[in-house]
Amino acid sequence: MKPIRLLLPILVLFAAAPITLPGCGDRGSREESPSGVPVLNRGLSTEPESLDPQKSRSVQAADVLRDIGEGLVSYDAAGELVPGTAESWEISNSGLTYTFRIRPDARWSNGDPVTADDFVYGLRRLVDPATAAFYAAELGNVVNAADIIAGRRSPDELGVAASDDHTLVISLVRPTPYLLSLLTHPSTFPVHRGSIRQHGDAFARAGNLLSNGAYVLVDWEQGAVIELHRNEHYWNDAETSIDVVRHHVVTQEMAEFNRYRAGELHITSTVPPDNFEQIRADFAEELHIHPTLGVYYYGFNLTRPPFADNPELRQALSMAIDREVLVEAITGRGEAPAYSWVTPGVDNYDPVRLPYTELSQQERNAIAQSLYRKAGYSRESPLRFELRYNTSDTQQRIALAVQAMWRKVLGAEAQLVNVEFRVLLDQMREREVTQVFRSSWFGDYNDANTFLAIMQSDSAANMPGYSNPEYDELMQSAGQQLDLDRRRLYLEEAERVLLADHVVIPLYFYVSKHLVKAEVKGWQDNILNYHYSQRLSLGAAEPDGRP
Amino acid sequence: MLRYTLRRLLGAIPTLFLVVVLAFLLVHAAPGGPFDDERALPDEIEANIAAAYHLDEPLPMQFVRYLKGVVQGDFGPSYSYRDYTVGELIGRSFPISLRLGILAMLLATAVGVSLGIVAALRKNSPVDTLVMGFAMTGISIPVFVIAPVLVLLFAVKLQWLPASWTGGEGGSRLLLPVLSLALPQVAYVARLTRASMIEVLASDFIRTARAQGLGTAAIVRYHALKPAMLPVLSYMGPAVAAVLTGSVVVEEIFGIPGLGQLFVRGSLNRDYTLVLGIVIFYAALIVMLNLAVDLLYAAIDPRIRRR
Repeated sequence: MKPIRLLLPILVLFAAAPITLPGCGDRGSREESPSGVPVLNRGLSTEPESLDPQKSRSVQAADVLRDIGEGLVSYDAAGELVPGTAESWEISNSGLTYTFRIRPDARWSNGDPVTADDFVYGLRRLVDPATAAFYAAELGNVVNAADIIAGRRSPDELGVAASDDHTLVISLVRPTPYLLSLLTHPSTFPVHRGSIRQHGDAFARAGNLLSNGAYVLVDWEQGAVIELHRNEHYWNDAETSIDVVRHHVVTQEMAEFNRYRAGELHITSTVPPDNFEQIRADFAEELHIHPTLGVYYYGFNLTRPPFADNPELRQALSMAIDREVLVEAITGRGEAPAYSWVTPGVDNYDPVRLPYTELSQQERNAIAQSLYRKAGYSRESPLRFELRYNTSDTQQRIALAVQAMWRKVLGAEAQLVNVEFRVLLDQMREREVTQVFRSSWFGDYNDANTFLAIMQSDSAANMPGYSNPEYDELMQSAGQQLDLDRRRLYLEEAERVLLADHVVIPLYFYVSKHLVKAEVKGWQDNILNYHYSQRLSLGAAEPDGRP
Repeated sequence: MLRYTLRRLLGAIPTLFLVVVLAFLLVHAAPGGPFDDERALPDEIEANIAAAYHLDEPLPMQFVRYLKGVVQGDFGPSYSYRDYTVGELIGRSFPISLRLGILAMLLATAVGVSLGIVAALRKNSPVDTLVMGFAMTGISIPVFVIAPVLVLLFAVKLQWLPASWTGGEGGSRLLLPVLSLALPQVAYVARLTRASMIEVLASDFIRTARAQGLGTAAIVRYHALKPAMLPVLSYMGPAVAAVLTGSVVVEEIFGIPGLGQLFVRGSLNRDYTLVLGIVIFYAALIVMLNLAVDLLYAAIDPRIRRR
């Protein structure tokens, strides 16, 4: 064998290889997608772990699933509740029974009618321990749900019944004013019984997954793109304008931005933090920044010294942080400084704020210093502790700034410790090495309960280890209220207790950040950051590049 | 030769077993589990999930269960793609990494060897300096700088080529990733070729060939190239393996659904089965490629064949 012969045909091979190498041709479906029809290209920041409505977990999976399936209830473009597969519903006077009327013209993507039984099947599947669904606990207020999840009852005993093909009755153990909001979530979507029987665990794959929503899953190329086509059997198909939707998986913010600039994406999932001012100037018309249901916070480990049983020291650290500086100089993408735990703008709630909110930063610093001294610390014998955060540029910048503020105002010495995200999660839950840690919380539905419930002493997501009987009691009482105004008062009082205990330091509220091309019509910013593809259309302006 | 090949293949089995054991222990030693989240789960649900994936069993039992599967070619279900098995995921992503890797290596070899020969023949001339300067630059600039610069230039500014895998069709979407992957390799191959070519050109049998009146082109082609290729070839084995299992960075930047991206995602998500599957696959690939290089060696150098 002569190596020289290897070299000569290399350039020929190089040119021919894309065509000749077997087993790695382009996926057929994309070529099959009809040309000339409107195609919407959206960025997706993380790949969904599953498109099985009950087994999926991430926000990104839910974003895609909201295009594919439809719950009893849905949201319009502005984020207001609207009827979904149920055309109407009645709520009993006790607030414990919900009766839904399923649309007679609701169809699966194979033409089968969507029946009340499909919803019963889906909801039972959600709480069945065998499904191992992450969102099972969301149904906790439905009769028998908690016992079924714990394996003490059979899923058949769930308080959900189909009284006929088009009537679904959900029975609750306590009033749940946010139930309708929950029933928009993909985990409560119906499931086609026959398709699970036929495909088993593979029922949620492209080609197998039946949908009852505006689009049907056609292809999922892992790590690259999820392609959806219009579902012609959808009851509201006449209102769907865009025929093909592609959710492109782009984990790097800068790469996503470049793809948007190259004309490959109509909508980005986020905006890169670097050069944000430049982007704001260059894309003023296309940039969409809007408050959302998420809070960025530093939590205290309340089970270990020095922060256990020391609310005044915690308050001192909380007051010494200048949040305005953080959001303007460090995060700088339109975030709002946080002085509460529940994000402003949730339904049926009057914002509660930390008592010191009205003071200037100088006044806060003065009080912080006196609290710090009262707790027995001074510049000579400073408080030393660790601040743990997950490794990332943004977290690091914020931690450095906060560390400097604590040092400047109080003389406290925070040592920065960065660990990988899952390591931090593990340490937060163990509560053995953590002292102050960085975390965040995103609401699952538009109600204060989604924030306040996690700080109850028995909640798994209660990372600080907060346990206050007064708080738990207020939350219990709120859960019993039928009247929204009275319930609201209990929830607000609970938040007041939580804030007075300085369990966490809320730093800022997250915002949703998207770039949206001018030709995308029907886009409305909303606090839920839900943007159903079926409610969008593409205007006259052609995408300035490849499809 | 056949017996040699068989012996080498059998010898790989204990190596692979050791890889499986070590990898299994390492992934399970990493703190945090596959289903941890800021949105921590109630205990009952956590228990249900652990039971569904046998994560509630003692580690030795999990290992035996896993090993049984691997022996039968079943790498188990993925935790981060709950509807797919690890085998399917590797089967789908490897051909993409393979195509990318082969193209990048072909390009790197063709350009690198040519540049190396030119530099060796014009040793210490401006041409040599230029070529080696280019090579040094290629080695020094990391891929995560080269790739975005290429994207900015060709996709955003000029709009000649797609910025990503899903932004175009066919060969056009491969060009930028292949270039980004090949550039550093070009540099290595060129330097290796130059060094070994200079050495070979100074040896006695080349002087003899010159004395017989052969021209430079004929000397390089018939006498010098083969021996000069040996060091390059030994570099190619591991390089091909590394490029094939996906340059993680290139795949991330261009959104290419290859093996490297899958591996990173698996590690970050503590997807035990996916990470183990790819590690075993990677190990097997390296063993095979090393064997292939040794066989090629024998084909090129008769002295090695005789031993």
